[in-house]
Amino acid sequence: MARYLMRRITGMLVVVLLVLTIAFIIVRVAPGDPAALMLGPEATAQDAAELRQRLGLDRPILVQYATFMADAVRGDLGRSLYFNQPVTRVLAARAEPTVILALMSLFFSMLIAIPIGIYAAYRRGSAFDQTVISAAMLAASVPSFLTGLIAQRWLATEYGWFPVSGYGGPESSFFERVRFLILPSLVLGIVNSALILRFTRASMLDVLGEDYIRTARSKGMEERRVVLRHALRNAGIPIITVIGLTFALLVSGAVVTERVFNIPGLGNLVVNAVLRRDYPVIQGTLIVVAVLYVAINLITDLLYLLVDKRVRY
Amino acid sequence: MAGITTAPERSLLAVMLSRRIVALALAFLIMIVGIAVFAPALFSLDPAAMSVRQRLTPPGAAYWLGSDAFGRDVLSRLVHAGRVSLLIGAGVALAAAFAGIFIGLLAGFYRRLDGPLSRLIDAMMAFPDILLAISLVAILGGSVINVIIALSIVYTPRIARIVRASTLVVRELPYVEAARALGSSTSYILSRHVLLNISSPIIVQATFIFAYAMLAEAGLSFLGVGVDPATPTWGTMINEGRQFIDRSPYLILFPGLAISFSVLSLQLLGDGLRDALDPKIARQM
Repeated sequence: MARYLMRRITGMLVVVLLVLTIAFIIVRVAPGDPAALMLGPEATAQDAAELRQRLGLDRPILVQYATFMADAVRGDLGRSLYFNQPVTRVLAARAEPTVILALMSLFFSMLIAIPIGIYAAYRRGSAFDQTVISAAMLAASVPSFLTGLIAQRWLATEYGWFPVSGYGGPESSFFERVRFLILPSLVLGIVNSALILRFTRASMLDVLGEDYIRTARSKGMEERRVVLRHALRNAGIPIITVIGLTFALLVSGAVVTERVFNIPGLGNLVVNAVLRRDYPVIQGTLIVVAVLYVAINLITDLLYLLVDKRVRY
Repeated sequence: MAGITTAPERSLLAVMLSRRIVALALAFLIMIVGIAVFAPALFSLDPAAMSVRQRLTPPGAAYWLGSDAFGRDVLSRLVHAGRVSLLIGAGVALAAAFAGIFIGLLAGFYRRLDGPLSRLIDAMMAFPDILLAISLVAILGGSVINVIIALSIVYTPRIARIVRASTLVVRELPYVEAARALGSSTSYILSRHVLLNISSPIIVQATFIFAYAMLAEAGLSFLGVGVDPATPTWGTMINEGRQFIDRSPYLILFPGLAISFSVLSLQLLGDGLRDALDPKIARQM
């Protein structure tokens, strides 16, 4: 167990170093002078030279790489060109709505997907099952921003059940701010529930065919208990992995959803950073999100150990 | 052909089309590809022709699908946008398949390369697709070819991972050992014995990537960081129609339906292909 943990953590560190390297390369492969690109067409050669010096772009590439890696490992992701603040501070200031949006939509998608997935597997081949599979596929085919725009137009603008957009003023309370995120998280939750639903169903189908389920039934055990205790516990492992994997989907979805509902989170920040050519912010967001993804997937792997006592490494 | 997949008794197409929904999806895809390829040549559709007097005309006799805020015909824009959206989807699926096969075969066949390449695939997959795509487009610039390059980079690791896993299984099979004993070169074994036998999962995954790439392109265009807005795509049409959602909801409805049905059809086709290529799974479903 300790050896497995060590191996996993070393593997994760290697992946994190590669993530940093990729983020470094992405900004450096820009055709032309990155400093001139960041400054836009109005900049003079002098401005570009100054920015190059400030960012260390005039030094040899290996020195730049070493400096970048050393800074990143210490948690220094550079300075935003637009805000003229450390990237980490810019990101931290906008993390709250994105984190709440991601957690709430994960909650909604599990709330929708897991019970429906279990029931669809239980009633396999029935009209309910068929409808659910089709609906899940349809949900995964409609662009999330379209679902968002339609929900916003009807549920918020027309019926006024939810705030239309934004995240409350600076003076609004935490609950007031969360209220702004209900509709966006519902939209994102529905869009992302498709994957979890298909996994839950498939995983339950596997387990429901096992011998010990037949044994439990032949003992005269209540159906409810067979499905919820014997089957679900064993089907739980793949469901946990997919929840870890939907994190990437949630972040991608959040970028688009924040744009639809004008939520001042990381997604909006990164899109604006692209429009403003604020490369350090783009790079910093990529790094933070990718490292989080790696960490979350390590955690879900370790959760295996807790859910399934048979898994031994 | 000796392989890990048993040869289907009926032809692949017959198996796929035996499911009505898959047949329907295939028919729809053939129809929209046909329209995208031939319609501009057959009809005089100018997606850029403006008519200031006919701004935001609802669907009717003059404009079958209405006109947009510049009085441009939504139907001709939809057709032209479809060419771009489909081109991007197909381009990404092909490019990602080629690059993914190359990387995956190397990782799966050469033990020494497996570790580094697998970690690289893990690291690439740690970036959420839209986030990586907008960063790459931001750096490369927003042309159709750059969007294809960016999305291909995003989706290559998915193919590579599947190719690696399948290669690991196939390379231990007796016929690969036999080929090696007979003195076949590595490149011959890889292309002739390995690649042929792992082609099914690659084709299935490439079909899904076609669908994801179309969705991602629409997302990028919606965010305003994709293809240059002067080139109509289904995503840019929705983005432009957004501000008129109250008065002219058809401006986002038609491109929205076009994307959704195309993506849905591709996903159904991918499912159908998977079932037809792997009869074992099909029977379980």
